Amino acid sequence: MNRTSYGAAIREAFVYLLDHHPEVFVIGQGLWAKWYVGNTMTDLDKLYGPERIMDSPVSEQACTGAAVGASLCGYRPIVVHPRMDFMLYAMDALVNQAAKWSHMLGGQAHPAVTVRAIINRGGEQGAQHSQALHAWFAHVPGLRVVMPATPRDARDLLISAVLCDDPVLYIDDRWLYEWEEDLPPIVESPLEREGPRILRSGGELTLVGVGYSTRLCLQAAQSLATKGIQVEVIDLRVLNPLDPFTIVASVKRTGRLLVVDGGWRTCGMAGEIIACVSENLPLGMLKQSPRRLTLPDAPAPTSAPLERAYYFGESEIIQAVRALLG
Amino acid sequence: MDSTLGDLANSSACNAPLAIGNSDPARLLAQLRTMLLIRRAEEVIGEGVAARQVICPAHLGIGQEAIAVAVSEHLRGSDRVFGGHRSHAHYLALGGDLYPLLAEVLGKEAGCSRGMGGSMHLYAADKGLLGTVPIVAGTVPLAVGAALAAKKDGRGDVAVAYFGDGASEEGVIHESLNLAAVWKLPILFVCENNLFSSHLHISLRQPTDRIARFADGHRIPAVTLDGNDVVAVSRAAEDMIAGARGGAGPGFLEAVTYRWRGHVGHREDEDVGVDRGADLHLWKARDPVRRLADALIAGKMLSSDAYSALQADVDAEVMEAWRRARAAPYPPESHLLDRVYAEAGR
Repeated sequence: MNRTSYGAAIREAFVYLLDHHPEVFVIGQGLWAKWYVGNTMTDLDKLYGPERIMDSPVSEQACTGAAVGASLCGYRPIVVHPRMDFMLYAMDALVNQAAKWSHMLGGQAHPAVTVRAIINRGGEQGAQHSQALHAWFAHVPGLRVVMPATPRDARDLLISAVLCDDPVLYIDDRWLYEWEEDLPPIVESPLEREGPRILRSGGELTLVGVGYSTRLCLQAAQSLATKGIQVEVIDLRVLNPLDPFTIVASVKRTGRLLVVDGGWRTCGMAGEIIACVSENLPLGMLKQSPRRLTLPDAPAPTSAPLERAYYFGESEIIQAVRALLG
Repeated sequence: MDSTLGDLANSSACNAPLAIGNSDPARLLAQLRTMLLIRRAEEVIGEGVAARQVICPAHLGIGQEAIAVAVSEHLRGSDRVFGGHRSHAHYLALGGDLYPLLAEVLGKEAGCSRGMGGSMHLYAADKGLLGTVPIVAGTVPLAVGAALAAKKDGRGDVAVAYFGDGASEEGVIHESLNLAAVWKLPILFVCENNLFSSHLHISLRQPTDRIARFADGHRIPAVTLDGNDVVAVSRAAEDMIAGARGGAGPGFLEAVTYRWRGHVGHREDEDVGVDRGADLHLWKARDPVRRLADALIAGKMLSSDAYSALQADVDAEVMEAWRRARAAPYPPESHLLDRVYAEAGR
């Protein structure tokens, strides 16, 4: 066991992949700079050289497309988008190309590309430096989407993503980079075996988080436990393809569901989880209507007081749990 | 429009028999046969569209056969070729089998993409064709990545990106040219400039008509030539592909041509808003197939009788493959879900 932060855990995954898998290379903006991606890739260019750690022009679409192309030729590229907002230029490479090639070519071509997108918000960064668009991508068949919440997943899901033969979008969140955890040794695990995971057991309510909101859920659950309220916390981890049955089974036990998602409300991930549970739960098993806590349907503001109103925290989760418990 | 292509874009010019010089007659005859095969296969696909047997969008490149034939002569199975919506010729010129192409166009499981792609999604990886897609310019950055992989492999393989003049109006083309140049990648950009993007003539879309000017801006060596001259295109492609194999970096080949049919489908007069009847008539005199055949006949390398026999032979081959493809089964419904991911199911 060694105490590792979420950010350092990502770097451990890169080191592991680059050491053990010669077909892995990394491409993206700012990879030779000190500040683009926090502490998650420090000095990788010096360790592995500029040909495996390729800093690139600001050409999101061509760089992502090039990674898709290289992945069709035996490589396992990782594309890094230091902010998810800029990745929208690469929608064609992700949605029309990477996600489709297996199906539309009859299962003969598999773009084994990993796209790492970073959610980087707060600090008055505003509407185009803050977005969490995971739900958009989870909508696309053929594109696997993972969001690690814990340091262990930050490391292990990146390794599983890169070793997967399908295109994977791996989304990490800078608000998690300082979270520390003891990590066991690395064991490679096929991504298709990964899914939602219960991080804390409890019988009164099921609390589902994704990425950073999972951490808030854990903090809220801990506070509630000191008041004698036991809630179950499930980390979604794999958004697409979605396996809702861990969550459904939990809600069968608790009868109450609160989904907490740091994305927008309309057509978002929280709505999808509630729909899956509603469809799969026998009538009458819910003690309360399910609820979701999300960002308001508005772009991120810049001004600090508006920012405080825009993002929710532990206290809003506790409030929502108490409301559901009546 | 301020045309810089001059006679290359002039429907009344460049229509004499090809100057074949001292080219190897066997090679010219092989080029002729492949062009005839592509021509006849696309005519039959067009007949299938007219008869409502082909339902998927079929973009025919009749009139443009020389380019793919000339470029493919210098490629090998380990090279990486990417195409677009109008790629039947790219597939066949690389040596892709005829029957799986026709089966694919008909949506049959024996198709080159197992009946999951149709005319716009062709695949023949063993011949070097890694994929074709209809998103304009969509495969160009993929070809750049395939060239990056080839450079990393260090075995002298090259990538080829086929695209049209319309694709040069997509931003990703410029990103792709830049990456290829700055990373000195082994790739040949082949612009089939047929002067039309769907129904719009280039004069309505760009201030001038030479697409290779974009290669100039990225310091990529470029050649612009008559795309209906298989001998000239082959010579230029040979040089540029050899250069890319040898580490000289990317090349840009602009081949000016003309498609006889509409943007999509079998008709010649399909293109909304464009009356190109007179021009099309003149362009047919620039037929890349006939100009080569005429040169071979004039040079006593082919008799008229032998040419007729060759055409009959090609027709028989296409019709036999078409009959088989029509009779072949469709993919099972299970393919709807089990091809989404590499691991079947979830």
